[in-house]
Amino acid sequence: MFDWLQSFSDWLIYSVFTISKGSKLGDALNFFVYDTIKILILLFLITMIMGIVNSYFPVEKIRNYLSRNKLFGLEYLFASTFGAITPFCSCSSVPLFIGFVKGGIPLGVTFSFLITSPLVNEVAIALFIGMFGLKATLIYVLSGVLLGTIGGFVLGKLKLEKYLSPWVQGVLVKAEKEGNFEEEMRIFSQRLPSIFNEAITIIKGVFWYIIIGIGIGAMMHGFIPTGFFEQYISKNNPFAVPIAVIIGVPMYSNAAGVLPIIQVFVQKGIPIGTAIAFMMAVVGLSIPEATMLKKVMTWKLVAIFFSVITFFIIISGYLFNLIL
Amino acid sequence: MKTIKILGTGCAKCKTTEQFVKEIIAKHNIDATVEKVEDIQQIMEYNILSTPAVVVDEIVKIKGKVPSEAEILEALS
Repeated sequence: MFDWLQSFSDWLIYSVFTISKGSKLGDALNFFVYDTIKILILLFLITMIMGIVNSYFPVEKIRNYLSRNKLFGLEYLFASTFGAITPFCSCSSVPLFIGFVKGGIPLGVTFSFLITSPLVNEVAIALFIGMFGLKATLIYVLSGVLLGTIGGFVLGKLKLEKYLSPWVQGVLVKAEKEGNFEEEMRIFSQRLPSIFNEAITIIKGVFWYIIIGIGIGAMMHGFIPTGFFEQYISKNNPFAVPIAVIIGVPMYSNAAGVLPIIQVFVQKGIPIGTAIAFMMAVVGLSIPEATMLKKVMTWKLVAIFFSVITFFIIISGYLFNLIL
Repeated sequence: MKTIKILGTGCAKCKTTEQFVKEIIAKHNIDATVEKVEDIQQIMEYNILSTPAVVVDEIVKIKGKVPSEAEILEALS
């Protein structure tokens, strides 16, 4: 699909800028041009597709659906899947959390949504396809959704309502099934302009992260020898996954910033499962996220939430290494 | 005179929205006050699921995105 782009990058770097092929600088620049353009094209396509889906399934509709319907255990999977298709913004996680609780949605189901939302989103998917191909992307998306489903289910079983902040417990008591939501009646062609604008806003929002991420990635690509990281994190080291995850948890970056660097890690010899687990820890959990959740939870609940998710990310890391 | 409230917990998008709304009311000479609401308990009284949101005279007009100029003008009309 992107052969033409490789030819273009080769032509631009080796013929137009006459930087010799095989030199470190040439390799790095070629990688940068190729990756940046490819990722931006994919990002645009995926954000448009997700924007269309989202226009028909806005979060308010999802909330009301989950609030009104008993799904016999499937609600965790639903919430997690919805978390994947809803664009993630860290600043919306608290209003979302309260809104769900207010709608009478069980805490565990709400957690399912909250876990998957940052892990699987349009930016992560676009970058993943561009860097690791369709098969790895599919496995990533499925395991992200599964992680949210199982994580939410386990957290739901722990009966954690009493560890919510007192004012949120008040909201819980007054929970009501009815949410006011006006269905949009516009037809597809009328929705398209705002979907397009939204896609552009999302791309603008992550543009510099991607450029800087790919820039760092390109430098590492050109200048770090293959197998370099293997000396430190080998596939045979059983502790590599938990160590990578625990380093990643406090760090914060969105998928756009961290994936280009992850790609180079993988090219230079780090097992893909370990790298993905690290990425999940970086984008899914972070210190800013913890302080945000502190507004609605006690520290104890924040700690339980983080521990359970960390545990499941470590498990997925081992699984990825087995499968991929 | 209209009262505009920008609801947001302090993220980048919310600040952009506040800035943008202020620019537009200045540009079009609209008689309105702009107030930023950052307290999560107050925000949740408006029953929204995503921020930033723009509230005009206590009615939620825009939510979950940084609005365009046209959208802001429509919300204020």
